[in-house]
Amino acid sequence: MALTGLEIFKQLPKKNTGDCGFPTCLAFAMAVAAGKSSLDKCPHITEEAKETLGAAAAPPIKLVKVGAGNTEVELGDETELFRHDKRFFHPTAIAVLIKDTDDVAAKLENFKELEFDRVGLHYRTDMVALTNDSGDSSKFKAAAEAIVAGSKAALILISEDLAAMESAVAAVAGSKPLLYAAESHNYEAMTALAQKYQCPLAVKGEGLAELAELVEKITKLGQKDLVLDSGSRATSQVLADLTQIRRLAVKKRFRPFGYPTIAFTSKEDALEEVVQAGVYLSKYASIIVLKTDKKETLLPLESWRQNLFTDPQKPIQVESKAVAVGEVTPESPVYITTNFSLTYYIVEGEVESSKVPSYILPVNTDGTSVLTAWAAGKLAGESIAKALKENDMESKVNHKTLILPGYVAVLSGSTEEATGWNVKVGPREASGITKFAKENYA
Amino acid sequence: MAFNAVKDKYRSKVGEVVLGATKEQGGTRDYTITIGGEAALPFLHFEGEIPNRPVVAMEIWDVAPTDWNDCFKPFYADVWNDPVAWAKKCVDEYGAELIVLHLKGADPDVKDATPEECAKVVKDVLAAVGCPLVVTGCGKPEKDNLVLPLVAEAAAGENLLLGVAEQENYKSLTAACMVHKHNIIAQSPIDINICKQLNILITEMNLPANRIVIDPTIAALGYGVEYGYSIMERARNGALQGDTMLGMPMIGNVGYEVWRTKEANASSDDFPGWGEQENRGILWEATTAMALLQAGMNVVVMRHPKASNLIKQNIEELMVKTSFDE
Repeated sequence: MALTGLEIFKQLPKKNTGDCGFPTCLAFAMAVAAGKSSLDKCPHITEEAKETLGAAAAPPIKLVKVGAGNTEVELGDETELFRHDKRFFHPTAIAVLIKDTDDVAAKLENFKELEFDRVGLHYRTDMVALTNDSGDSSKFKAAAEAIVAGSKAALILISEDLAAMESAVAAVAGSKPLLYAAESHNYEAMTALAQKYQCPLAVKGEGLAELAELVEKITKLGQKDLVLDSGSRATSQVLADLTQIRRLAVKKRFRPFGYPTIAFTSKEDALEEVVQAGVYLSKYASIIVLKTDKKETLLPLESWRQNLFTDPQKPIQVESKAVAVGEVTPESPVYITTNFSLTYYIVEGEVESSKVPSYILPVNTDGTSVLTAWAAGKLAGESIAKALKENDMESKVNHKTLILPGYVAVLSGSTEEATGWNVKVGPREASGITKFAKENYA
Repeated sequence: MAFNAVKDKYRSKVGEVVLGATKEQGGTRDYTITIGGEAALPFLHFEGEIPNRPVVAMEIWDVAPTDWNDCFKPFYADVWNDPVAWAKKCVDEYGAELIVLHLKGADPDVKDATPEECAKVVKDVLAAVGCPLVVTGCGKPEKDNLVLPLVAEAAAGENLLLGVAEQENYKSLTAACMVHKHNIIAQSPIDINICKQLNILITEMNLPANRIVIDPTIAALGYGVEYGYSIMERARNGALQGDTMLGMPMIGNVGYEVWRTKEANASSDDFPGWGEQENRGILWEATTAMALLQAGMNVVVMRHPKASNLIKQNIEELMVKTSFDE
């Protein structure tokens, strides 16, 4: 766990010079512990103290970057076991496997399609993992070059053959591929390659004990950016291993496990792969490598990733801006809802399927749902009037009738008073919108 | 460097609930199902015993659904006019271990089936299949308070799981479960405090805690599944730390929530960027169930036979024991 203020205070000069901007050393120590200031603000601290504190204050899991420029993926730097304790920070990277014996150009063409838009968010598939099935180093190198040139994916190079690995890495080193993997029999040579080309290195053990040993040896050689693979491939054991790695890093500050992790699916069937990958995504994998590259399989997985990595303290909001659904006319109805993204997109989906062109006006309720916003006074006559005015609804439609969510029918009177518009009470649930629209506007 | 596995120490474990009753136990079921009882976080066998595997239940209705996606027709269109045939098909062809009979037809806006008609459907389904049964009302409290007590009486001895009880409406169902010896689903709106409060209220009426199953209310993938996920993780941690009023097994209506979403239903033609519809829908359902199982759900109620098979297999694999002891 992070250092306490007192632990930091003990290492400070305790002279209360105020040079750090805080009145006392204790106040400064508390601020550092809370992450509001940093040790280098103290000009009097000894190098020795800095080193001691620096090592202990390092994040429990190192941030490792794979890729460069617009392909760069950030992995690790997590601090929690449960998202409800704070949040998860760096979404699991999804990698699609390509063999150097595949039609690489066709695979890349398909890979470009693996980006999705839903509920106003954009999801992308982050990485390509290239295997050296051909056993031919020039083929491996050519495929690596094609991936770097022809996609926005960060690259994982997978080969047991050191010569093949070197020829590919040498060609694409600038794009910082992840080298997979250093094992007990080849770790010295693999580490040397990673250091020569300054690339991150995956470490594969046979079980956690061997993994820890290997990491120690490799870090002694000076390699800093690592990604861990326990070597397990059975669902239950991978879950156990990933959980242990995360727990040991976060709760025990066990340095050998203070790195991001990589997991591979073992299934051949695409649907089974996604369910297995979902388990690893839920429980702590930083990269998951899959064989499937079909849109309908990756969209659900990447949606779960998006859900899991949201900040539980901060509801996702949409802009408080009127949205026209369909070919709207001045006669089109105007639906009022809130700017909590889940609420908004459920309403939008229903309005869309009602096939009645309409405006949706999401009132700014700080991202709360209809009933919560009403209870907090954030969905009220005044806020609705403000949204109508800011969006100039009076010039967009030729009527003055707004549709209020059924759950807040009680706001009808005050809304009419504050806005000067007539209120029509809509359905309580968004699922009633189609029926409501057909009965009233078709 | 040697590593020592971190095994969290828990003071307690999840309570066990038994569903169904065999002949010897006063019912007519071929077998019973025990849920709960785990002394560890989901599937972490290395830190505690997980005596009972989570269960995939299949959902059937007492009326033919009118708004289910066309992809269900090949599986259910020949039986969904008849809950008895539907239940049999789920058991015989799709390997269902547990059936959830949703009395949708009791809804005054659907068929307004009488309590007597509903009780008869329950009796008929019980006569046709040997698996334990879950029965849920139409969701309108005024009507369910008439229907469910009669169902409880008609199926006395069968040890059903009946639902749902809510904070504003739990007394008549609790009383019916007390008198006729059934289990109860206690549903709270994604709120851990209400969840706990409702369990306290029900046990204060003297229905024992080992007859309660929590429905924390879940949403589908992409529609707030992470809220339920975190509530469940918190509840399960609480249960293992000894909070008995959060210590019951949990159930969730996965199929129902998933198959209302646009992502499960939108045709491949309308949304080419989302890929093929049926497999997308199957995975939307399976991914939702997978996530909830990772948060501690004990019964996932599912709809698509292929999604249900995927999850059964996933559970099978996750029940393989793990240990870090030499």
